[in-house]
Amino acid sequence: MTTNAFSVLPGAVSTSLVNLTFNGQLRRVPAGISVAAALLGSGEMRLRSSPVSGAPRAPYCMMGVCFECLVEIDGVPNRQGCLISVQDGMQVRSQEGRAQLAQQQEPHEHA
Amino acid sequence: MHSEPDIVVIGAGPAGMAAATLASSGGARVALLDEQDGPGGQIWRSITAAPEARLQTLGPDYAAGLRVARDFAASGAEHIGRATVWQVTREGVVNYLHAGVSCSLRAKRVILCSGAMERPFPIPGWTLPGVMTAGAAQILLKSADTVPTQPAVLAGCGPLLYLLAWQYVRAGVSIAAIIDTTDASDYRRAMPHLPRAVMAWPYLQKGLALLRVLRRKGVPFFKGATQLSIEGHDAAQAIRFTSGGKSHRLQTELILLHQGVVPNTQFTWALRAPHSWDTAQLCWRPDVDELGRLQDVDQVLVAGDGRGIGGASAASIQGRLAALAALQDLALISTDKARPQIDAARSELQRHLRIRPFLDALYRPKDANRIPADDVLVCRCEEVTAGSIRDFVKLGCSGPNQTKSFGRCGMGPCQGRLCGLTVTELIADARKALPEDVGYYRIRPPIKPITLAELSSTRDN
Repeated sequence: MTTNAFSVLPGAVSTSLVNLTFNGQLRRVPAGISVAAALLGSGEMRLRSSPVSGAPRAPYCMMGVCFECLVEIDGVPNRQGCLISVQDGMQVRSQEGRAQLAQQQEPHEHA
Repeated sequence: MHSEPDIVVIGAGPAGMAAATLASSGGARVALLDEQDGPGGQIWRSITAAPEARLQTLGPDYAAGLRVARDFAASGAEHIGRATVWQVTREGVVNYLHAGVSCSLRAKRVILCSGAMERPFPIPGWTLPGVMTAGAAQILLKSADTVPTQPAVLAGCGPLLYLLAWQYVRAGVSIAAIIDTTDASDYRRAMPHLPRAVMAWPYLQKGLALLRVLRRKGVPFFKGATQLSIEGHDAAQAIRFTSGGKSHRLQTELILLHQGVVPNTQFTWALRAPHSWDTAQLCWRPDVDELGRLQDVDQVLVAGDGRGIGGASAASIQGRLAALAALQDLALISTDKARPQIDAARSELQRHLRIRPFLDALYRPKDANRIPADDVLVCRCEEVTAGSIRDFVKLGCSGPNQTKSFGRCGMGPCQGRLCGLTVTELIADARKALPEDVGYYRIRPPIKPITLAELSSTRDN
């Protein structure tokens, strides 16, 4: 992607922002939106690679049926990014190939 | 749970909210479970959180959800948002995840209002980043004011495609092109249904007005498009197609696909309920009676697009019908009192459904976009191509279930949602059989992923 595929409408009422990281990089994103929407709006498209061929994948349906937005959130793999709202301090990682269940960390800072 | 509800409604779209509102005002204890934070379903997604500017952009049909959501909020029904239901049993037990904890409710009646999902659109390149559904793009607009930065290409057919284009125009978002797969043969097929559709004039009028706006704004329109294919290595770069006897290639990094919506039938399949193939809508519908009672499953009813595509208004009436049936079953309303309400709702429903045969015929997705060529991926999760599935059939594979053992088709995280219809139709085509003879996947709970840790963290026992 040369430019961001998506961005927030200029006239949109600005809500409060929260901080999250994607693969360690800080992103300031609107509160109250889904993780997938926040990542798309901040310039990400590819959120994972397929477990079979390693092909790049991106959110496809945004309503919880396609499972293409699976990401690792706060150490827990296989989370549906389109169904989970952003939280301040959330650590999101792209899911490369198969989920690393064996290396799964204890979910921390879980409210 | 302190007190078990009489009725559990699943899904907070038009059908679910209407069912819960009526059931609750009829004296039943009602809990409504939904995957989103707020009510609205997909059609009224984020309706209670929408700022005025967004309501203006999305138009009056979206804003109409506000009143429905307010009635629902005032009804006394308990709304449990962010609830992921992973199992419904024939006995009315509903198992769901809420805030990482596994919860369980037992109801006397369950009303499934799981709505619709967009039909799979298997064409070359449809798995590339930069390709998503028109509905997904609309959800970004509805829930996050997020829109394409570069002019996007919209491709396919059906009301939602043109509605999204109209909303983009209102939001000031430019559209590179609409690549429409509808051709002259579709108009010929639809014509006999037009007189009946004219009786549903508001629907036709709305559609025509919307198309007029797109024309006036000069949105490039390609008609009768065939041979759609998306190019790109790591992301979409261009779309190729044929239209007007010429082949075209449009450079674009964002392609929004849509060819209609189909019932989301995961729950009814998992309940082992009988389903029939709808030859007009080219999808499965669960067998229900006119009130929505699911055949062979006494405690479960279905309302809304999950029992066949009818749109938001029809869904809301079906929600009321299902609620009336449930209230009767629970002896909270007498048959005498329910009868006139049911009759009124039934004739209202017929009025709203008059437009459907016309729409179904006009926007019937093309065979080539449902039963793709050999090299196209059908199962996105396990990366199984149409060619592989045709090979399975040659080796004796007779239905979707067997494709699992032949090649893991349908065994990924989406549990067949994005390939099931394609696999059924593809096998039927290869076997020269009917979809009904080919069948569907055997869907098993959990129908949503749940970890063992979550499963063992039950709040209830």
